[in-house]
Amino acid sequence: MITAVERGLPLCRRPFREIGKQAGISESEVIAALGRMAESGIISRMGVIVRHHELGYRNNAMVVWDIPDEKAGEIGRRFKTFAFVTLCYRRKRRPPVWPYNLFCMVHGRERDVVLAQVEELAEGCGLKDMPREVLFSGRRFKQRGAVYSPAASVI
Amino acid sequence: MSAPKPILLDDADRAIINGLQGAFPLSEEPFAEVAERLGLDRDDLIARIRRMLDNNVLTRFGPMYHAEKLGGGLTLAAMKVPEADFDAVAEQVNAHPEVAHNYARDHRLNMWFVIATETQQSIAEVIAAIEEETGLKVYNMPKIREFFIGLSFGA
Repeated sequence: MITAVERGLPLCRRPFREIGKQAGISESEVIAALGRMAESGIISRMGVIVRHHELGYRNNAMVVWDIPDEKAGEIGRRFKTFAFVTLCYRRKRRPPVWPYNLFCMVHGRERDVVLAQVEELAEGCGLKDMPREVLFSGRRFKQRGAVYSPAASVI
Repeated sequence: MSAPKPILLDDADRAIINGLQGAFPLSEEPFAEVAERLGLDRDDLIARIRRMLDNNVLTRFGPMYHAEKLGGGLTLAAMKVPEADFDAVAEQVNAHPEVAHNYARDHRLNMWFVIATETQQSIAEVIAAIEEETGLKVYNMPKIREFFIGLSFGA
């Protein structure tokens, strides 16, 4: 069934019946299986992968912060209240080259707007004195919806 | 690399993208339910999703799998690539089917890519192969915690 929905949900009136036909199971079995997978976290959500670039959101910035590990949770949750932040992860640091542990994405049409939003974020979360860097995206070489990974989690 | 003119979405398109990021009903006629929630006609909703997929605003609509829970590996990695070798290295990195996205970024670490593999262990193998082929160090920054993945369009 994972293979049957690999390319996405069929765009028709009864998509789960359509998946069932391909997988050789009934519509209600498909719905039940997807429900179980959502419950156990195998499916994190139903959703779309948006190509910001095509929408004119040319300036996607990866904003990275060096936050004390014990504070990262609180700050990560706080970031969510800012609508322009689309993703937030805590990741492993790679000192001395890479001291940052909190990553978030800010999308915008103009570079200035993105930078102002980063400033607003720092101020709103009391992070003005925390080390941070803003990495704007340049060329994009490859973007595909990997079978096993949500392309939404670009960072 | 891509068309300079951004694709314009109307209010209904934006509402659909935002609406589809949240809960998607697991029912016999999920699109009818979503359409009702958004105040749209079901066939119009399906047609608009299809159009956004056709013109590449969306790459996929469907379940997002949690790679680690499926036994797969998923990580973000970065490299410090000499400017003169950038294109050649990008080609070497992108030749690996496990590399899902690759962005140039304006930083000492100037190449950033996502690696998605079917097993957790294969991440290390892909990284070792890239290091051997390019002679460059790959900084692996696996996720420790995900705070949120969201998306919304402001005005």
